Amino acid sequence: MSEVTRQGPRGKKPGRDAGGPATAADGDGTRRWRRGRKAERPVVPEAEFTSYYGKPILNAPTWEARDIAGYFFLGGLAGGSSLLAAGADLTGRPALSRVAKAGAAAAGALSVAALVHDLGRPARFVNMMRVFKVTSPMSVGSWLLGGYLPAAGVAAATALTGRLPRIGSVATAGAALLGPAVAAYTAVLIGDTAVPAWHDGYGELPFVFTGSAAMAAGGLGLLAAPAEESGPARNLALLGQVLEMVAFERMTRRIGLVAEPYRAGRGGRYIRAGQALAAFGATGAALSGVPAIPLGRSRRVLAAVSGAALIGASAATRWGVFHAGLASARDPKYTVVPQRKRLAERAAATARPAPGPERPAAGPGEATARSG
Amino acid sequence: MTAIDVPLTTRPDGMDSYPGTQPRMGFFTDTSVCIGCKACEVACKEWNHVPEDGLVLTGMSYDNTAGLSADTWRHVAFIEQRTAAPDDGAPGGGLRWLMSSDVCKHCTHAACLDVCPTGALMRTEFGTVVVQSDICNGCGYCIPACPYGVIDQRKEDGRAWKCTLCYDRLGAGMEPACAKACPTESIQFGPLDELRERAQARVSELHAAGEDSARLYGNDPADGVGGDGAFFLLLDEPEVYGLPPDPVVTTRDLPSMWRHAGAAAVTLAAAAAASFAVEALAGRLGGGGRR
Repeated sequence: MSEVTRQGPRGKKPGRDAGGPATAADGDGTRRWRRGRKAERPVVPEAEFTSYYGKPILNAPTWEARDIAGYFFLGGLAGGSSLLAAGADLTGRPALSRVAKAGAAAAGALSVAALVHDLGRPARFVNMMRVFKVTSPMSVGSWLLGGYLPAAGVAAATALTGRLPRIGSVATAGAALLGPAVAAYTAVLIGDTAVPAWHDGYGELPFVFTGSAAMAAGGLGLLAAPAEESGPARNLALLGQVLEMVAFERMTRRIGLVAEPYRAGRGGRYIRAGQALAAFGATGAALSGVPAIPLGRSRRVLAAVSGAALIGASAATRWGVFHAGLASARDPKYTVVPQRKRLAERAAATARPAPGPERPAAGPGEATARSG
Repeated sequence: MTAIDVPLTTRPDGMDSYPGTQPRMGFFTDTSVCIGCKACEVACKEWNHVPEDGLVLTGMSYDNTAGLSADTWRHVAFIEQRTAAPDDGAPGGGLRWLMSSDVCKHCTHAACLDVCPTGALMRTEFGTVVVQSDICNGCGYCIPACPYGVIDQRKEDGRAWKCTLCYDRLGAGMEPACAKACPTESIQFGPLDELRERAQARVSELHAAGEDSARLYGNDPADGVGGDGAFFLLLDEPEVYGLPPDPVVTTRDLPSMWRHAGAAAVTLAAAAAASFAVEALAGRLGGGGRR
């Protein structure tokens, strides 16, 4: 391979190298790709499709997992915590309120730092506020955060200093009102792309994300609030765990072939880690909440460990969804096969007794290569 | 000058309506006469000062550009196909070359433009889609939004870049650099309605000559992106050239996405309310059972 670049190997692009099973044409030149990767479970029969040297059709997101998956996680943690904080204020649980408010403000601030860090031009962050566009979930989210972050910040500051309680109450209510939106909109952000694993799952992804948010916020309450006030946090974490699990299961069943990246590869590993942590955390959280079990002093430890596991589970889910999306964008299979299927279904719907589509669905390359 | 003849759907934000007397301009790339000279790639690079995009040998026939990216705005694809032996038993089978110069499609419903949070991506008076590089903050949202894999981030600079359909040249009454350089008129530039008529005539001509595989791609205003401003005559299925067979603008489903997210947000709020209600209930029933 040549590396005759002006600036040395700078110009070299990954995936452009010749050879390797993914870029080698098979003998008859029709380039049909029958591939089975090692860790893939045979969920759907191996798809047969044509591509241009196995190259992806889409350009994959250039986002960093640490920044963007981290942002989804932190946004969920913040949004869910703001709800807990408001509830804690209303029901007289000051310690839980302080924990939740501090958590929301810290997670919110960190999430914005991650967002800005991921920009190609961080100094131009304010350009996000140049326009408001409902067609851009990122624009909607920027304005949402513009309202949420000050509210969460003021709520935390007043709770921790004990000053200006009335302003604090207003801020707490405002943060609780915007919190669920902050937790949910990120699912629209990724659903509104051409990335198959994200777009096809747009119906369930918001529920996966809000469930994950509830699990993380509840987990934080269990981890940091005293046992006598952490009951609602435990309930929220358990409800969130169930919501995330059910929504994720529904999504992967519905989207068929495109669900593969959620099971295989890096995305699959994160998802499985998340599921294991969630199962462990939920069990521990539930046990720590049953007064009949004589746990003694270890009750508090069990609650804290479970809370930490649930927070970790939420993060792992976001990382899993993120990496599954990248994998689905990088493999032309997930772009071509569903689109071909869609076209075939449309053709079948419009073709009445006619002989059907002009070419057999199996071999597009061959069928037309004959002419000339 | 006639008005834009593209039947654009009116949308709530009005983003895709481009009033004025300037007709919508575009490309018709007739791949049946492409000779793979890559003059378009070179002309584009030179005119637009597009940086080097990697001097590597890919092993993909004569294609060492590999695909459209921030630094590749025209990309010539090379496909070598073995053709079947003639039916009459004559010695046979040969090789056929497919060559096609790919470019930004300047979609009628452009996902990159829809999702851009800064307004850096805009619709020009020519109906084309252009990134304003003085506004782009490199958020990268347009990149996965594009159903064709056209726009990408320039690593050294952080911003998103793609074909401008030579906005500067159009403003001066000139044709885009690639079309100007194309020696076979494979790349044709003009008002989109004229190009569509010309393309239809060319397909009929090819069919009459026995080239049954000729078909238009991206010419249909009823397709998933409302038709392309840059469309193609292909001699095989789109995916053979690395094009998606049925691209759809992702924002078509956005109203439904917002509805689902709204329901999910309400579910989260309800779950939080229930978490406190259950505690209150348990406290009342258990008479202080909560520790």
